[in-house]
Amino acid sequence: MESERIVMKYTGGHLNEEQLLDYRYGDLADAGATGEQTIEQHLHECAQCRTSYEALQGVLAMVEALPVAEPGPHFEARVWNKIAPQLTRPGFDWSKLTAWMSPKNLAICGTVAALIVVAFFAGRISLPQKNVTPGTAQGVENVSARANEPGQVRERILLVAVGDHLDRAQSVLLEISNAETSGVGSKRDQVVDISEQQERAQEMLISNQLYRQTAVHSGNNDVASVLDELEPVLLEIAHSPSKVSSSELEELQRGIESRGLMLKIRVLDSTVRNKEKPATQPQHSATRGS
Amino acid sequence: MIRMDGGDAEHVAQALRGDQDAFRVLVERHSRTLFRLAFRMTGNEQDAEEVVQEAMLRAYRRLDKFEARSNFGTWLYRIAVNCSLDMMRKRRPEKAQRQLAKGDESEMQDPLDTAVSNDPGPDRLMLSGELGEQVKVAMMQLSPVERTAFVMRHFEGNSIEEIGETLGLGAGATKNSVFRAVQKLRQHLGPLVGHGQAKSATGEI
Repeated sequence: MESERIVMKYTGGHLNEEQLLDYRYGDLADAGATGEQTIEQHLHECAQCRTSYEALQGVLAMVEALPVAEPGPHFEARVWNKIAPQLTRPGFDWSKLTAWMSPKNLAICGTVAALIVVAFFAGRISLPQKNVTPGTAQGVENVSARANEPGQVRERILLVAVGDHLDRAQSVLLEISNAETSGVGSKRDQVVDISEQQERAQEMLISNQLYRQTAVHSGNNDVASVLDELEPVLLEIAHSPSKVSSSELEELQRGIESRGLMLKIRVLDSTVRNKEKPATQPQHSATRGS
Repeated sequence: MIRMDGGDAEHVAQALRGDQDAFRVLVERHSRTLFRLAFRMTGNEQDAEEVVQEAMLRAYRRLDKFEARSNFGTWLYRIAVNCSLDMMRKRRPEKAQRQLAKGDESEMQDPLDTAVSNDPGPDRLMLSGELGEQVKVAMMQLSPVERTAFVMRHFEGNSIEEIGETLGLGAGATKNSVFRAVQKLRQHLGPLVGHGQAKSATGEI
């Protein structure tokens, strides 16, 4: 038996799925101009909508009827016995230190963090020869050699990945910022399809979180800060309807604009891209200590 | 939704002064309610119990952040919702996450799914066996955000604003999460609704 195919539709004179749900939960202000009495009258008169509403009620009743497990008579004592040994002092939150340490995140961040550590020590070990004058053939050769060392190469790979991520983010945000609703009817009834941007935002959420965590751990606060601001915007885009109304689109655009996100990402992207390029010119000693 | 108060504030104040017995009173007072919420969200007794423990621990560690004029139960409830979300994300296989990103929801069963309670209350007998399993499967097919939004909306009666604040989403995205959850439940359970109330693709009533 094939499952019922739920199609969001609004044909003339009938209620759509969203309106039925709003009516069910008493959210009719969000459903538009139709009041509760109008909907009740319509359900009384329209067999198709009534059938659809009864089907909705039936499904929700099934879910409500699912029994909730009871944890047993000594549950509270069991909970207390588990947590009591871990109560140090109120107000001290170890969880913040470990909240991100899921096995998956540890595995990925550990690899990236290891690359950063290797890059750091590779840089520390291969200090410039003090008796080599910058600008000379030997100086250029030394800088080029260090640029190609494994640690430096890995760090550039990481920067390339973050740079690509920022490029994708700019692309999604730009498309949302420039989107306009279209269609027949008043502006209030027009919609725009953002399903493609949603899919990309959804895919970027996990990588954004991992890059942010890696940036925090490597002390790259500028990168972490921008990625931190980007995350809720990606989340909002990913969880919005695939066809947004003009007001919903404006809400998304305001979320991007109010944070100045486009400019921040452009600046950061430019900075990251500059860092990607291996140093081929010797640096002056005045800048080396910065 | 948790609306308990009366006496919580005093126990919180005592717990902040180092009185662990006072915190124990709070644990005993709220654990069972949190368990029911967590069970609806995780679908699993073991995970629900773990959520309650984690929620109580987090609450204890953040007790200094609790504002005395607020409702402790509501504050604790929010912590439990977030713990449940974390648990659902932790249990969700990475492969299923990629599949979901591509729109493939064919393998979304909770690997730690357990049988429902055998409590033979009369209202529960109507939903037993395979039908109950189908409902559980349908709930597990929701994403963590969708399941959270649906549980908070349908079972706990939270407003869209309250749900959005908990999930960090705007009103539109929150409403859409509830809507998508119900759509998915209807897709899965619609054909199982009896008494001629649903149309199926085969026209069976």
